[in-house]
Amino acid sequence: MWIFDWLNALPPLWVYFLIPLAPLAGSLVAGLGGWFLGHRAHWAPILGVTFAFYLALFVLLQVLHGRTFYGNVYTWGVFGSLSVPIGFDIDSLTAIMMVVVTFVSLCVHVYTIGYMHDDPGYARFFSYISLFTFSMLMLVMSNNFLQLFFGWEAVGLVSYLLIGFWFTRESANQGALKAFLVNRVGDFGFLLGIAAIYHYTGSLDYRTVFAEVPSLVGQTVSILPGHPWSVLTWIALLLFIGAMGKSAQVPLHVWLPESMEGPTPISALIHAATMVTAGIFLVARMSPIYEKSATALSVILIIGAITALFMGLVGLVQNDIKRIIAYSTLSQLGYMTAALGASAFSAAIFHLVTHAFFKALLFLAAGSVIHAMANEQDIRKMGGLARSMPITYVTFLIASLALAGIPPFAGFFSKDLIIEAVGQSHLADAGLAHVFLVLGALVTALYTFRMFFLVFHGQPRMDEHTRAHLHESPWVITLPLVALAILSVLTGWLLMKPVGLGGFLDSSLRIQPTFDTVGAIAAHWHGTAAFLWEGIQAWPFWLAVLGIGLAALFYLVGEGLPAPLQRIVQPAIWVLRQKYGFDVFNQIVLVRGALLLGRRFWHWGDQALIDGAMVNGSAQLVARAAASWRRLQTGYIYHYAFVMIIGFVLFLTYFTLGRG
Amino acid sequence: MIPPLLGQWLILAALLFSIGVVGIFLNRKNVIILLMAIEILLLAVNINFVAFSRYLGNLDGQIFVFFVLTVAAAEAAIGLAILVVFFRNRRSINVEDIDELRG
Amino acid sequence: MELTTTILFYVFAAILLGSALLVITSRNPVYSALYLVLAFFSAAALFLLLGAEFLAWILVLVYVGAVMVLFLFVVMMLDINLARLKEGFLHYLPLGLAVALVGVLEMVAILWTNPLGKVPAPSPLPAQVDNTRALGQLLYTHYLYPFEIAAVILLVAIIAAIALTLRRRPDTKTQNIAKQLDVRPKERVRMVDLRGPRP
Repeated sequence: MWIFDWLNALPPLWVYFLIPLAPLAGSLVAGLGGWFLGHRAHWAPILGVTFAFYLALFVLLQVLHGRTFYGNVYTWGVFGSLSVPIGFDIDSLTAIMMVVVTFVSLCVHVYTIGYMHDDPGYARFFSYISLFTFSMLMLVMSNNFLQLFFGWEAVGLVSYLLIGFWFTRESANQGALKAFLVNRVGDFGFLLGIAAIYHYTGSLDYRTVFAEVPSLVGQTVSILPGHPWSVLTWIALLLFIGAMGKSAQVPLHVWLPESMEGPTPISALIHAATMVTAGIFLVARMSPIYEKSATALSVILIIGAITALFMGLVGLVQNDIKRIIAYSTLSQLGYMTAALGASAFSAAIFHLVTHAFFKALLFLAAGSVIHAMANEQDIRKMGGLARSMPITYVTFLIASLALAGIPPFAGFFSKDLIIEAVGQSHLADAGLAHVFLVLGALVTALYTFRMFFLVFHGQPRMDEHTRAHLHESPWVITLPLVALAILSVLTGWLLMKPVGLGGFLDSSLRIQPTFDTVGAIAAHWHGTAAFLWEGIQAWPFWLAVLGIGLAALFYLVGEGLPAPLQRIVQPAIWVLRQKYGFDVFNQIVLVRGALLLGRRFWHWGDQALIDGAMVNGSAQLVARAAASWRRLQTGYIYHYAFVMIIGFVLFLTYFTLGRG
Repeated sequence: MIPPLLGQWLILAALLFSIGVVGIFLNRKNVIILLMAIEILLLAVNINFVAFSRYLGNLDGQIFVFFVLTVAAAEAAIGLAILVVFFRNRRSINVEDIDELRG
Repeated sequence: MELTTTILFYVFAAILLGSALLVITSRNPVYSALYLVLAFFSAAALFLLLGAEFLAWILVLVYVGAVMVLFLFVVMMLDINLARLKEGFLHYLPLGLAVALVGVLEMVAILWTNPLGKVPAPSPLPAQVDNTRALGQLLYTHYLYPFEIAAVILLVAIIAAIALTLRRRPDTKTQNIAKQLDVRPKERVRMVDLRGPRP
């Protein structure tokens, strides 16, 4: 295209370098010059991200024409046989991720101008989200594990900073800490996985490692004596622990709902659209490793399916609008993970893309609602907003339909593809997972439209003051909503074949023929319209419609759950309100356990052993020994002389006898 | 010209050395005689050196005796000087009075 | 001739050991010093038997002439309480004897088993061989640097001995010639106007 022509004259490496560096430059300008720029601070980050998006589009076009790149750019360290470069791996997977990341980031940047304009941390916020964009781009563009880990940790750091953005709030600090700590658990597994990869392959470079993978098949390692496990399974599971932390899979999901303490644009960008999908991206990127371990795939599949269904159920009983969407994010991430487990990597990436658009849209629209409601987030205090906020209402509806999987919105295609792929899978737990995912469709529709009806329909339940101030948001907020809404409608149609069925992604993925569920679907492919027609006749669609119908029945027509039903499901609701007790368990077992353990270490280890025995003990030992030994120093010269002579004679004796 | 074996000279030196050692034990309190005992020890060593030099036909041993004498003379001079200073301060040369190093 | 030297060896060895014993057992340090002189004399005689004339004379000149005189001088200069010094004289005798005995026995045992002890007497030295000349040639060529160092050690010893024993006595009257030469008339001569009131 003509707007990209001048870029063809540039060396490709420049383009690749500029993509992450442009947001970084914007971040630095906003961060360091924020005190001076004040409310003009958004220009540099927005320019940087726009430029990055523009270049990412260019790169995507290049990749479409087959111009990929793989190589190291700069080696910043050599340790023995390990050299650690900065390198780029630009292929179809990376290109898609780059476009998604920069586009959603751009939308959120623009949105933030309107959403945060009264906040004293305006410049700081822009600096953070640009820094996040830089980190995420480094993560997806990396060609080696160390750079991947750098991006991984950097996005974790920015996530921590942004959840705790309103650092004067106690709950924000706690949420930030929780996110950081839970991610540490995952990162520890991730780091172990990287270490294992380096141990077994001697390299951290993707291609070198992937080339070594076939030689690792059949190798075993005994972590527990007598139980040899495949090395590849270990590596795959360790890496997946990292992915579980970042992508909030059960049981490391507990941080994501808490992360809603951050400002809403962040929830959209980081905790829905991009960062939490890093785990999905990781597993897809490592497909050559995962495809060699059916065990790891089974684990991934079942964990994804459990997350998809049970986190969605929790979303049914939440009343905070952002938390509902957060649980829905968890559930959708579960779908993607399940797709990964079924080797439907392309379906997972497809859902990642569509989900990025419609979930960002949902969050941003929710943010618009919250903005209009003067920071009220409880859906029980909303209602009837449709009339005051038409653009928000429509975009929210589009996002909800996409999320619920109603054709022809984007979510339908990707979710249906995932469910079908899991149905095709031959893994041992695929049947159960399939049931979970199908039921998940019902739950998704139910919680989404419960929220939708409670917010936009029915009687207004807010107080008079808020009601008087209800207004549609300014254009900087609605513009990103509209842009994302268009994409939420279109991406399903447009990307179904190239991305969903993997044609475009084939070069990035390595799928074992026996696991190729997407391939099986593609074999019966008769066009997107036919897929749509088949989808309408299948269970998931009707369950979604049923979910919407039930939501309409209970919350549009009626006033909440009917009393008899309420009594029946009361125990279930109680369980869901407790979120299955994960938090209680963590609080009692892990937190108290850690505190107890820490106290024991403190008292016994530090105070008794190290301070008492080793530090003071050794000093006391020396002092006591010295107290007795000093008597040897009589001060009389002849004693010293005697010792010398006797020593000489002893030496002579040793010399004589030793020689004899 | 000299009938004894080398061993006899060496035994003579060993006996002289032992006398010096016993001297140190006996006269532990008198620094002057301690210094003399040390001169006896050095003399024993010198006899060894000269005997070796003569019996093995190598003059280096005598050169060494020369250096030993030099150092011994220096040592005696400084030792006596220290003794004089000590006596001037303490009015005594009793070694038992020198216990500043007591632990 | 051989018998003579053998007898001389035993005689001087006996004198040496006897005088050394007396050095360490005498009651009076003056006697000890004198016996030490005797021991050095007999050692010098033994050196002569070994053909080391130069060292023999050096021993007599340096030790007897200088070092022992220094000893005697110090012993006589200091007012020593001999009674106290002799207290517990034999206290450590058993230990000393045991140590010395063990040492001697072991050294003898080594000599007994070592072929070195059986080295016979070498052929007599030719009459014209000059021990002093030979030593000098070795000392001033091959051992030149150690010789210089030995000289420095002696210099250090001299300076150290002087520095240790030198004592400032403010009450003694001495001339400071430099100060005397440095005077100026103004410091010494004061002009006084002696004119009295005029009548």
